[in-house]
Amino acid sequence: MPVQIKRHLIILVIMIGLFLVLRHFLVPESYGDLGHYRANSLQDNEKFEIIHAGKESCNDCHEDMAELKAMDLHSGLSCETCHGPGLAHMNNTDSVDMILPDGRAFCGLCHEKNAARRTDAVIQVELKVHNPDKNCTYCHNPHAPWELRNQDLPEENF
Amino acid sequence: MENHYEEIQEMLSRVDGYIYPNELELHWGILVVVYPYITGLVAGAFILASLERVFNVKVLKPTYHIALLTALAFLLTAGLPLISHLSQPLRAFEIMVTPNPTSAMAVFGFVYLWYLMIVLILEIWFDYRKDMVIWSQEKKGPLKWIYKILSLGITDLSPKSIKWDKKIGYFITVVGIPSAFILHGYVGFIFGSIKANPWWSSVLMPVIFLFSAMVSGIALVMIVYMIVSFIRKVKVDIEVLDTIMKYLFYILILDFTLESLDQMHRIYEAEESFEIISMLVNGKLSLTLGVIQIFLGTIVPLLTLGLFQFYKPAEKIRKWVYFILGFLILIGIFFMRWNVVIGGQLFSKSFYGFTSFKLQLVGIEGLGMAILWMVLPIFILAFLLWLLPPWKRAED
Amino acid sequence: MGTKESRSSRREFLKSVSAVTGLTVASLVASPFNAVLIASEPKGETGPWYGYGIDIEKCIGCGRCANACKAENNVPDKSFFFRTWIEQYTIGNDGSIQIESPNGGMDGFKQKLPDEDIFKSFFVPKMCNHCHKSPCVQVCPVGATYDSPEGIVLVDDAYCIGCRYCVQSCPYGCRYIHPEKKVVDKCSLCYHRIKKGMNPACIDVCPTGSRIFGDLRDKDGELVEFLRTHNCQVLKPHLNTGSKLYYNALSAEVR
Repeated sequence: MPVQIKRHLIILVIMIGLFLVLRHFLVPESYGDLGHYRANSLQDNEKFEIIHAGKESCNDCHEDMAELKAMDLHSGLSCETCHGPGLAHMNNTDSVDMILPDGRAFCGLCHEKNAARRTDAVIQVELKVHNPDKNCTYCHNPHAPWELRNQDLPEENF
Repeated sequence: MENHYEEIQEMLSRVDGYIYPNELELHWGILVVVYPYITGLVAGAFILASLERVFNVKVLKPTYHIALLTALAFLLTAGLPLISHLSQPLRAFEIMVTPNPTSAMAVFGFVYLWYLMIVLILEIWFDYRKDMVIWSQEKKGPLKWIYKILSLGITDLSPKSIKWDKKIGYFITVVGIPSAFILHGYVGFIFGSIKANPWWSSVLMPVIFLFSAMVSGIALVMIVYMIVSFIRKVKVDIEVLDTIMKYLFYILILDFTLESLDQMHRIYEAEESFEIISMLVNGKLSLTLGVIQIFLGTIVPLLTLGLFQFYKPAEKIRKWVYFILGFLILIGIFFMRWNVVIGGQLFSKSFYGFTSFKLQLVGIEGLGMAILWMVLPIFILAFLLWLLPPWKRAED
Repeated sequence: MGTKESRSSRREFLKSVSAVTGLTVASLVASPFNAVLIASEPKGETGPWYGYGIDIEKCIGCGRCANACKAENNVPDKSFFFRTWIEQYTIGNDGSIQIESPNGGMDGFKQKLPDEDIFKSFFVPKMCNHCHKSPCVQVCPVGATYDSPEGIVLVDDAYCIGCRYCVQSCPYGCRYIHPEKKVVDKCSLCYHRIKKGMNPACIDVCPTGSRIFGDLRDKDGELVEFLRTHNCQVLKPHLNTGSKLYYNALSAEVR
């Protein structure tokens, strides 16, 4: 074999050797255990912070509210649907408050009349017409929406 | 964040129809246009060089070494636009260490290294060894040692040893041709295998990429040859130019045929994505595709070179026409890459709308970076031409 | 004479050999054709295999799911990236189609056309389809996105290099680069929640029960019951992604 090929082969073998050594240190642990990925990533993905408490988790402290809600049309809703994430409040009741939604627009997110919303999925009103200058909560208890109060508004506002 | 929010509002105002929200910003920008362009130039320059070495087109001998050195200069910088485009560039090594066997992109590291080391560097080495040994003997100072190291201390200049150089070099060139095809073909496959994007997903994509690469590489070598000759105050051999342009003409015909075939097939079948793609081609891509890539970059060169097959004007005129055509082709092929990469992201995968692309001037994905990666190889080429001058080689 | 005899016996021999070979080959390939068109269970693995259902008839486009998702998963509010978003389709009597997703649907929707001009209108929530034969997993060059043993397509934040090949290959547009983490991000089916026996955030806050999450292997479970009692479709079935996001009442206009 001519010296050119010999010398180049030596260089090639050295480079491949170096690559294999480097690779040994660079491949992260658990790579390839379960497939072509780093198996430890499954645990990493489990470690993210939990923000929402979950559907029934408010019931223990807010028993009265839960009972009230259970008797009316909003019974299927999670508290966090309207009040936002609840775990921080659960762990730190005094310093972290839940969101208290205010204003007609919030209720309108579900209840504003929209042709894309099926009437058998949600009751809808036209917010512009339905008592436009009052807060929804003037008549409707959000936790018991058909327990109407303050029924003193004129007919044409509906 | 506020600034970014304003940018988002501005981008939203330029949305036409409906796009998936995550499609608002383009993910592959100008750097991903530059990378295929550069590897295309490399593959094309190498094919030109192999025309001389393997297919014995002796007329092209003056461009042989220029082609190889040009390929090397551009290949050395080819990986840089890719790495600078990653959002985690420091992790780029992972692609070499744990390549996913089902991913076309994963072959990048190996194909690139194979081509750089085994094909290009070795071919240049075997071709220049004799000269490097002679230069190491002639020069003084640090240059002497540079040549000595480069030649790996193999100082045997006997006819037998030189014959080995030529034989091995020939073998490498032969191996280099399919290697060049893979180097650039896999990039075409990266796009062609994405079933989610009908502008990219095509069997012909790797082939089209390859043929347009050959066209651009050949044009580049010709321009380098003309400029280098001008700087050296040496007369350009018109026969060389005529031959180069003849091959370029043939390959350009093939390239144009393939691209036309792709479009004709698309228009005829008119499947689900046809309407949005027609709007893309006639609207947002009308300038870069219709005018620059097709008319200036393909039709004008085809007609001119076609004319030259029957009627050859005077040498002086031909030289200038070739020079201009070379630039038209380089620009046209750049915009071919642009139309594929950027064009494919301008329309929504919902086929219901378009977003827009605003080229940043500065920043990591900006025009400035793209220009840097395109200009850097020119400096490297100048250095290589100084270190390994093709015209100062020892006669055989 | 001798040659003629040996030639004919050779011919006979060849004939019988080819007959036997042909029959063998035919019997091997003539096994019953097993057409697999939708996601089929991975062989040999145990444990849950998660899928997701969306009932378009029940979605009212309130956007609570998109809000809860961003809060739960640390997706910046002001960026225009969503792990889940809702689209409003309005098909006019004149045949026009308008689709919009203003801020992903997080701030709710307005009706686009007056009632009398509307032919059909509905909401379509979108998210990662957690494909069984996912193109994103196929194209990741380093293995930073993968199909977990439970059938959830996850991203390895510590390994992703940000090449965006997966973003390009997802036919559903559900992947993006997280502006702060600078790696790819997408719906993880709240993996950190479901491993603790909780529901994904979007499931809990949906007021109408339009989103269903469950184990495709649990034949008595909610999701399988949903599949059994509704006419479910997946998005872009012709791309053969093995999508495990099943829609009820998916109208022809939806892409």
